[in-house]
Amino acid sequence: MTEFVDTAAEAVARVQDGSTVLLGGFGNAGQPMELIDALLESGTTGLTVVSNNAGQGDRGLALLIKERRVRKVICSFPRQSDSWHFDEAYRAGDIELELVPQGNLAERLRAAGAGIGAFFTPTGYGTTLAEGKETREIDGRHYVLEHPIRGDVALIKAHTADDAGNLLYRKTARNFGPVMATAAAHTVVQVQQRVPVGSIDPEHVVTPGIYVDTVTALGADPARPEGQPENHPQEAKHA
Amino acid sequence: MSTENSTSTLSREDLARLVAADIAPGSYVNLGIGQPTKVSDHLRADQQVTLHTENGMLGMGPEAHGEDIDEELINAGKIPVTERPGASYFHQADSFAIMRGGHLDVCVLGAFQVSAAGDLANWSTGAPDAIPAVGGAMDLAIGAKQVFVMMSLFAKDGTPKIVADCTYPLTGLACVSRVYTDHGVFLVDHGEDGPSVTLREAHGMSPHEVADRLDFPLTLPAENG
Repeated sequence: MTEFVDTAAEAVARVQDGSTVLLGGFGNAGQPMELIDALLESGTTGLTVVSNNAGQGDRGLALLIKERRVRKVICSFPRQSDSWHFDEAYRAGDIELELVPQGNLAERLRAAGAGIGAFFTPTGYGTTLAEGKETREIDGRHYVLEHPIRGDVALIKAHTADDAGNLLYRKTARNFGPVMATAAAHTVVQVQQRVPVGSIDPEHVVTPGIYVDTVTALGADPARPEGQPENHPQEAKHA
Repeated sequence: MSTENSTSTLSREDLARLVAADIAPGSYVNLGIGQPTKVSDHLRADQQVTLHTENGMLGMGPEAHGEDIDEELINAGKIPVTERPGASYFHQADSFAIMRGGHLDVCVLGAFQVSAAGDLANWSTGAPDAIPAVGGAMDLAIGAKQVFVMMSLFAKDGTPKIVADCTYPLTGLACVSRVYTDHGVFLVDHGEDGPSVTLREAHGMSPHEVADRLDFPLTLPAENG
């Protein structure tokens, strides 16, 4: 059953020192900035963070890394033009990096959520990122054995949650959200709006509430003062 | 211009135009970050090409400007983009299933090196002090039905970038189908008799001059071609 809490601080209370945190987002799109800010406030440290990037600019994950709260990052693309906080921590030897091809990252999370023990993928075969991993030839093609990535807590961003915890996302901010929601022992979601059950057409639900443990509704996104993304709010009105 | 030798090299714009013209109508295509992105400027509406971006979208439109900028609608290079009618959004596992599952017709990538066997090296220079980043490169390399590479034929020091064996860290094995360069277009055949590379057209050099600069056997275009 999905619980609703009033503040981002309550929502991230389950994250403990040393937790493995699945952090949604591709770049800043879909990154749960308010949950991350609450995590910064909470002081939790020694985190292993699983995310596509390792933070950009001076927001979100970049600040967690700047404050040295992250012991290890598992990601596909840490180095960017504005990943200065990660770059500094990495060069100082303050952070461990496990580099994973983006599709393998997504599929390892999916496998964790779907109860798959491990899987053979062609991605990375013959490269340094597959060194030391078991390989197999299947029907003339070469594959690498990859294992699931499970989280203690997933922190993701969606657009709308109904009272049953069913989620709608918005545009490319969806990215890792639906997969990470399945892969953690406890999934925490920040949404812009909470609506009554029945407001979302069941045919349109992207993440069913069974995967969602804690939701906090933040109201209108301050970055979008008009607050009217084109697609989903209409749906809520029509229902 | 296509499939004809010329005396001048191809500019980056020429190259993008050439790649765009070679994409079959109705294709689903992923354009890599950097130079390959330019290909979209030369796709004609009547080609009805659908662009995939690996962060979770089919039907991507051109870069967004001004009021159209939405930080939740970006491409794989994190540039704000627009959506075309008929666009769809999906999560990361689905997006990479589109590649890995062989549903994407073409991806166009940049490269440091391509080998005569079609091996691709485009994600790391292997420099010991570099911070590594791979993103979706390895998934794209092995996933699309056809992998087109766009790059210059020669490095700044004059050494060729199509080589017998890659010296840079590999992205994928035997995955490249074509290489579009300033000096010519190369077709990689992954036949049962082993891989072979054919020069389809040369630019700014004669086909024989191109072959002389490469350290593997190159099949030249038919003389009457």
